[in-house]
Amino acid sequence: MQQLVFAIGTMIAGVLACAFYFFATNWILDRIFPSKGLSGAKASQNLRTTNAIRPWLFMLPALLALAIYLVYPVFESVRLSLHDRAGQTFVGPGNFVWMFGDGEFRQSIFNNFLWLLVVPALSTFFGLVIAALTDRIWWGNIAKTLIFMPMAISFVGAAVIWKFVYDYRAEGSEQIGILNAIVTWFGGAPEAWITLPFWNNFFLMVILIWIQTGFAMVILSAALRGIPEETLEAAVIDGANGLQIFFKIMIPQIWGTIAVVWTTITILVLKVFDIVLAMTNGQWQTQVLANLMFDWMFRGGGDFGRGAAIAVVIMVLVVPIMIWNIRNAMRETGGH
Amino acid sequence: MPGATRSPLTFVVHLSVLLLVALWTLPTAGLLISSLRDKDQLAVSGWWTALSTSTQNVVFRAPSPETQTERDGKFVLTGNFLEGQQGEVSAFGFNSRDPAAFEPGQTAELNDGERLTVQADGSFEIVSDTRMEGTRGQRIFYTAAVPPRFTLDNYREVLSAEGIGQSFINSLTVAIPATIIPILVAAFCAYALAWMKFPGRAILIAVIVGLLVVPLQMSLIPLLKLYNGVGAFFGVPAKTYVGIWLAHMGFGLPLAIYLLRNYMAGLPKEIMESARVDGASDFDIFIKIILPLSFPALASFAIFQFLWTWNDLLVAIVFLGTGNEELVLTGRLVNLLGSRGGNWEILTASAFITIIVPLIVFFALQRYLVRGLLAGSVKGG
Repeated sequence: MQQLVFAIGTMIAGVLACAFYFFATNWILDRIFPSKGLSGAKASQNLRTTNAIRPWLFMLPALLALAIYLVYPVFESVRLSLHDRAGQTFVGPGNFVWMFGDGEFRQSIFNNFLWLLVVPALSTFFGLVIAALTDRIWWGNIAKTLIFMPMAISFVGAAVIWKFVYDYRAEGSEQIGILNAIVTWFGGAPEAWITLPFWNNFFLMVILIWIQTGFAMVILSAALRGIPEETLEAAVIDGANGLQIFFKIMIPQIWGTIAVVWTTITILVLKVFDIVLAMTNGQWQTQVLANLMFDWMFRGGGDFGRGAAIAVVIMVLVVPIMIWNIRNAMRETGGH
Repeated sequence: MPGATRSPLTFVVHLSVLLLVALWTLPTAGLLISSLRDKDQLAVSGWWTALSTSTQNVVFRAPSPETQTERDGKFVLTGNFLEGQQGEVSAFGFNSRDPAAFEPGQTAELNDGERLTVQADGSFEIVSDTRMEGTRGQRIFYTAAVPPRFTLDNYREVLSAEGIGQSFINSLTVAIPATIIPILVAAFCAYALAWMKFPGRAILIAVIVGLLVVPLQMSLIPLLKLYNGVGAFFGVPAKTYVGIWLAHMGFGLPLAIYLLRNYMAGLPKEIMESARVDGASDFDIFIKIILPLSFPALASFAIFQFLWTWNDLLVAIVFLGTGNEELVLTGRLVNLLGSRGGNWEILTASAFITIIVPLIVFFALQRYLVRGLLAGSVKGG
């Protein structure tokens, strides 16, 4: 309780400090370069000066935080990836050479590519199908809410939920995991799904697909509703059936949105960590880059060089999407 | 949808949506139902059978012979397996190799001349001609059909004994300030990027869009080093709540600025121009006009940030530590998965406590969440 009081107290203090900063810097700026009550050239010159300085006062705290927490670490991580475990001695590309010779790293890269192939595709697919189907039924909104719900659940919580689904009991005893119960009901033999090399990756991916489908559905549903009514009516008049309308009229019009959903989920997949840590901690050949990086960060007292090198690999994989995003944003913002 | 409203396919549509909804909700439902079940029932039967009578095979330890009473020259121990509960015993035995050797009402001859009788209602009686020796009670195996039983015991246990209560408070301590503090900082920055003219604005916007996708992993090691350095320099601990609040603020700012800037840029220009004509400064315009008008966007971001900080595991274990006192709920849950892997009554109840707060936020404020998602990603298509 005391701790919560402390937290809320700090929060109020923090907000007040921010408010004070903005108010005080603004007040000081207006005192140093007054524009009211002065005449002519002096006033307009002061106005120009304040207008040039004020944006930077407004942005300073945010830019400072971004610089410390995101910009500086990118450069520092690249630097550390070229140094030894303590970050002292320069080793050149040594960490990267080690990495590509390391079986566990190659396993992680392989698994990450599996995740990249499967999760964005299936999440987007299910999201699109559900968005299209729920638009046609009266209880569509309830269905959407329920499918959207896993978005709010933490990866770790979802891991527990699904570990329970995959729970395994020896053959002959009563299965309490629903998957094995269904398998045995159909006469199959129960399996310890998450220890089954290669295939267990897919059982972990199910969790992320389960969480992300709601995201894809919400965005694609809005895009589908944004399709102009006239194009659909024209297609109906031309005698197109439901499937033709969907694939030939609707899908092409929302390609852009599909791409955004796909890339957003791709970024998330590259960083997937919690699910693997909670389900297998990389055992049974399920290791992924983010978990391997976390592992090296603390393994044997922490190897910052190797950890940073793995982080740099994740970053390099993200860069193409980053560039694509920036180009889109620039085009859209245009002159504004 | 033209032409599709009354087609024969409608039935198929209803059915497939129903199936998909079931697929998406049943795992969570199973968790919730299981967390409310009696732990003995949970361990032996699936949650989908929670409402039906379950058959349990149980080992029962009779009371110690010290509690025996003398009756008609014989020594007697009595008791009931199903103390205070409903149920029906269908078989019993005293040997682990044949735990269901006898039916209720029968009398079993124990090895040392004692006789065990068990009734269907669970009451049992051990009778001996001589005084029973020893301090350990007789082991009795029984099979009983037990009606479904729901209880909050699992929750009581995890909240006190498993440290979930402390972690709940830790999670709140992390999430509330980490949600509120960035809002004002981001809002000022977003206003400057949306409505103030200065050189380099386009580049800054591009940088923020770029920072949106920088993986957290890039920041972990440099910041850990930085925190350790700052901690050593000032002689304070490196892992503190202040440290994690600031980290969450830094990681949340790109999304906050991006969302708010998009929203503010969409506000009508005329409002600001007429205010400026009336002599209002940028500061006044922001505080009195833009900030109140931006409430929906602020709410969207606050929900995102709260869900993200509450559900986060990585930042918490790196910057707050994994000690018993400071573990947040997600970290505690991972630990329990390791240490109590088979105890589903512990895991289900703990997991439900960790997901209940975000679920409440989700159902209460879903509108803002959807709006924020749309503002944050549809752009750029």
